[in-house]
Amino acid sequence: MRFEICAETLDPQPFDFAQDKSEIRNQKSTMSHTKQKFGVVVFPGSNCDHDAFYVLKNIFNQDTKFLWHKDSSLEGVDVVILPGGFSYGDYLRCGAIARFSPIMKEVISFARDGGIVIGICNGFQILCESGLLPGALLMNEGLTFVCRYVNLRVENSNTRFTSECNRGDVLQIPIAHGEGNYFADKVTIETLERNNQILFRYCSSDGTVTPDSNPNGSINNIAGIMNEYGNVMGVMPHPERAADPVLGRTDGQKIFRSVINSLMVNENLKNNILVERS
Amino acid sequence: MLIFRGTPLYLAKITITLRKSILDPQGKAIHHALESLQMNSVQEVRIGKHIEMKIDAPNKEEAVLVTETACKKLLANPVMEDYTFSVEKISEGFGI
Repeated sequence: MRFEICAETLDPQPFDFAQDKSEIRNQKSTMSHTKQKFGVVVFPGSNCDHDAFYVLKNIFNQDTKFLWHKDSSLEGVDVVILPGGFSYGDYLRCGAIARFSPIMKEVISFARDGGIVIGICNGFQILCESGLLPGALLMNEGLTFVCRYVNLRVENSNTRFTSECNRGDVLQIPIAHGEGNYFADKVTIETLERNNQILFRYCSSDGTVTPDSNPNGSINNIAGIMNEYGNVMGVMPHPERAADPVLGRTDGQKIFRSVINSLMVNENLKNNILVERS
Repeated sequence: MLIFRGTPLYLAKITITLRKSILDPQGKAIHHALESLQMNSVQEVRIGKHIEMKIDAPNKEEAVLVTETACKKLLANPVMEDYTFSVEKISEGFGI
């Protein structure tokens, strides 16, 4: 396979590091008292596991741990992240073998019980293979591995993954995949559209969804979806690669912040209920 | 090498292809390459995978069942792929 590295950046703008860092400091101070537990699953061949870990631990100051693929316990985490990479060398099909690793049995029952699961890139492929999300990810229509920033239009901001965004917002987040061409049968696509399960679409910089802005040929420019219960999300773009201000762009933070905030809301609700009962 | 086995050995040959309704960009690219070789009689090219499995089974029905199960559970993804297979006996079993 030919690897195409595209260094172009979309709409280059001077980046205000100082402003963004102070924003993160504020974020840290408001969150320090309510750390959430994140678990990043490590498969043989995962290569974005440390990026996800770093962002959650160092940027968002959350209690984060790695979960080894051979383990059969999620160690009480609140959120499971299936990171990007090439689990099991992408042998057979992307995600097909990872789906049968011991930890996935736990992840599947965790998700079925309403636990929050986020699959990024290869993680999205694993979620589709395991049946936690509908559809499949085919080889990119252009047959090349595409690694560059893309524009994503937020399609539904009324979810725990996107509550920090507004519907129609355009996020700039990088993709890096050879098999990201989302496919599902017509009925499934209609259901996803009807239920507002499509969270992100590839779009132009002004937010218009066009065939030209689709990097892989996915149906309806789909870049990310969630399940019908709203607790499992799969995205091809890498929000963890656009979360540290040092790297230039921080749009990916909005996704992690949405999840952390939704957990804090849940915790507050739980505490209120406990207070009312006592 | 002489191998003593309790049951006959079967060979399953499995072909997995993208479902007909799905565009196969690899097949299309190869089709273009064949056209540039003046092989204009080729009408369509589709790429797939070939998998072979050797299976210990008391009879062919059992070997077919194992192959079918393997295809359904792991080898093919029904969302995007179709599979076909053949099963043939490659050695008799010896009584233990």
